[in-house]
Amino acid sequence: MKKVQRRQFLGTSATAVAVAAVAGSSLLRAGSAIAGNVAGWPAKAFDAKTLDQAMTDSIGKTNIPVSAKVILKAPTIAENGGSVPVTIEVDSPMTADDYISTVWLFVDHNPTPLASQFNFTPACGKAYIQERIKMAKTDNVRVVAKTNKGELMASAPKEVKVTIGGCGG
Amino acid sequence: MAEALGNPMIRMPSSAKKGDIVEVRSLIMNPMTTGLTKDKAGKVIPAHFIQTVTVTFNQKPLLDVDWSTAVSANPYLAFKMRAEESGTLEMTWKDNTNGTWSATAKITVS
Repeated sequence: MKKVQRRQFLGTSATAVAVAAVAGSSLLRAGSAIAGNVAGWPAKAFDAKTLDQAMTDSIGKTNIPVSAKVILKAPTIAENGGSVPVTIEVDSPMTADDYISTVWLFVDHNPTPLASQFNFTPACGKAYIQERIKMAKTDNVRVVAKTNKGELMASAPKEVKVTIGGCGG
Repeated sequence: MAEALGNPMIRMPSSAKKGDIVEVRSLIMNPMTTGLTKDKAGKVIPAHFIQTVTVTFNQKPLLDVDWSTAVSANPYLAFKMRAEESGTLEMTWKDNTNGTWSATAKITVS
């Protein structure tokens, strides 16, 4: 709890810190000892230690129906858990009236299961993301997507066999 | 070893036809440490990671990304954009130690 309070405090004082940081060089800013969360970053969901808690804190519920519209691609076997490529694609017209607003990416048993949150706009044209994530061990990866109307749908969980866990580096 | 930081890069087609969906690929240097590991001396390596990536096109919001420590070091991010008009795409990455980096890429839409 102490950690969370510190983060919240620093979050609220982020503006003052940002003003102070303008004076420094980018290197100094990056190496600064003053750590704090970026304003608007959903700390509670990212700090959650279990999948259920992370889903509750991010989405508000845990039981999301699986839909074929949500496609998650990840390797069946990943030699290096420190860098597992994932591709997310959600079938949506991405028009002003009908688009995917948010996508969450989870790794079931990572120390903090919520890996990423993506907030799309219709201007994206496609709800598509590719990135690389860390996995502590052989585990399921899953994605939940939300439409602008609030409809929730999940991908089928995808198991990735991890040979060397990604938490050492 | 000093970690490389920043040096953001964006790869995007320089031209497209109106209505085309183009892919934008990006890369930035950041250790993305979790705060859960220790160095050889047994000292905890503090969490140092990018938390937000903000993407705009002609200063209008396109995509907002929130990252955890589960994103790999030197994070790569690819996404799509519908090419509607010529202009500038800007990406801004922010980490938990007040580091901020921005990069831009231009596209001509005909």
